[in-house]
Amino acid sequence: MSATAPVLDLKRVRADFPILQREVRGRPLVYLDNAATSQKPAAVLDAIDRYYRTTNANVHRGVHELSERATEAYEGARERIRRFFNAASTREIVFTRNATEGINLLAFAFARPRLKPGDEVLISAMEHHSNIVPWQLACEATGAVLKVAPIDDRGELMLDAFEALLSPKTRLVAITWMSNALGTITPVRDIVRLAHARGIPVMLDASQAAYHMRIDVQALDCDFLVATGHKLYAPTGIGIFYGKEAHLEAMPPFMGGGDMIASVSFSCSTWNVLPYKFEAGTPHIEGAIGLHAALDYIDGIGFDAIGTHERDLLQYATRQVESLDGVRIVGTAREKASIVSFVMDGVHPHDIGTIVDREGVAIRTGHHCAQPVMERFGIPATARASIAMYNSREDIDALGLALRKAREVFA
Amino acid sequence: MSDLSDLYQEVILDHNRRPRNFRALPGASHTAEGYNPLCGDRLTLYLKVANDTIEDVSFEGAGCAISKASASMMTDELKGRTIAEADALFARFHRMVTTPPDQQVEDMGKLSSLAGVREFPVRVKCASLAWHTLKAAFKNTARTSTE
Repeated sequence: MSATAPVLDLKRVRADFPILQREVRGRPLVYLDNAATSQKPAAVLDAIDRYYRTTNANVHRGVHELSERATEAYEGARERIRRFFNAASTREIVFTRNATEGINLLAFAFARPRLKPGDEVLISAMEHHSNIVPWQLACEATGAVLKVAPIDDRGELMLDAFEALLSPKTRLVAITWMSNALGTITPVRDIVRLAHARGIPVMLDASQAAYHMRIDVQALDCDFLVATGHKLYAPTGIGIFYGKEAHLEAMPPFMGGGDMIASVSFSCSTWNVLPYKFEAGTPHIEGAIGLHAALDYIDGIGFDAIGTHERDLLQYATRQVESLDGVRIVGTAREKASIVSFVMDGVHPHDIGTIVDREGVAIRTGHHCAQPVMERFGIPATARASIAMYNSREDIDALGLALRKAREVFA
Repeated sequence: MSDLSDLYQEVILDHNRRPRNFRALPGASHTAEGYNPLCGDRLTLYLKVANDTIEDVSFEGAGCAISKASASMMTDELKGRTIAEADALFARFHRMVTTPPDQQVEDMGKLSSLAGVREFPVRVKCASLAWHTLKAAFKNTARTSTE
């Protein structure tokens, strides 16, 4: 890195997240459960507060001042998201509740009408349950078959095996960009290239990737992408579904209701234009506004600085965890980000979780909604520390000390 | 705020390290699978019941220290008891781990070491897993005896 490499001002960033000032069990909070959800900067909290204090009204309905302002704010958030992911048009940005809803939208409105008995949907062995179950349901309903591309002992996607599984019957590839259980970053460019060479559309689950790296859906040329706001430092309950306009135009609605229609009569209803065709009912307006503020915040820091900082912490945490006796890291992909998943001989992850919690350190323990990954590695669960931009080397030191304590209790 | 040593008492650590009756039981009259989907803890419980008496009991599986120790101590306690006595023991244990931590609970001997989970609400399920599996086993028809 040159001397001009962007540096993250950690002190300032930490001061921007009010919750980091609180104590847990008499110690400063050490929050290392970011892959589950991230904390929120004051800018996000203020934007939501300001919206309810000054603007609150329903969107796309009233002619009155507040409704116009609320609609402006809601649609402004959509434009902000378009810019964040570099989509070609706001018509391609659909608000959902979360990534799970986005995947279900795709399964119901894109996959199910197309799938015939014997057709195939291809996922990977490191998917979150949210990118497994909707496809199982779709396959069950249509007679299609779910195919699973394997991963190796490091937790890397086996690209040759993936390619071999692309068949004339494959109708869709749905794959994670970054594994929530292992931290693996998948070779999305290769995945899109290989699938497109056979005319197969690709959906990427960017739930984990989106808060660690810059995503450009046009450069990548993926057909669909889902992400969730609450991991992007925004509130829960707001998600993003991106789809290429031509696909979205050809798809029927997902849910019916208000806002998604052009006209309704008892004989026939017609659908609203994109993206509203996919947004039934009053949306999560404050969530969209919070997400707008969160994306402004992320871009204000910049992914170059965030990436450099998080990579340093990942290396530091990996060394700390590896240095402990009887500890094995699960997920050692060459391309990975921000997640250290591990097991400790003779100490179950749940016991680790309880003991480190007593030291004020929050980590996740369990199967991480990725039971097939646990099965692949022959373990019931792992302990997982996951890093966000506001974490510090002191946080990692606290984790190391807490893990030594767990070792002592079970010595 | 309770101390970690209230949860991880020596007797619990000992049963975790060296679980008793940790094996399959050929010829079991009752078996059941216990599963905690939250954490992936899984255990299989085997009982050999004759003349309404638990002649032998064992378990296998993977779980945290609390769930393993609880299963280990439970199997120790159950041997030689009637089904009605086992039911009563279940009820007493269930009451013990679900009583609020600021209230007194009855002394259950070695099993009282598990009363510490009351300070750790998410861990109550770990302590209860083997016991709920016992309940399920009694409801199951005697599978292995007919095979």
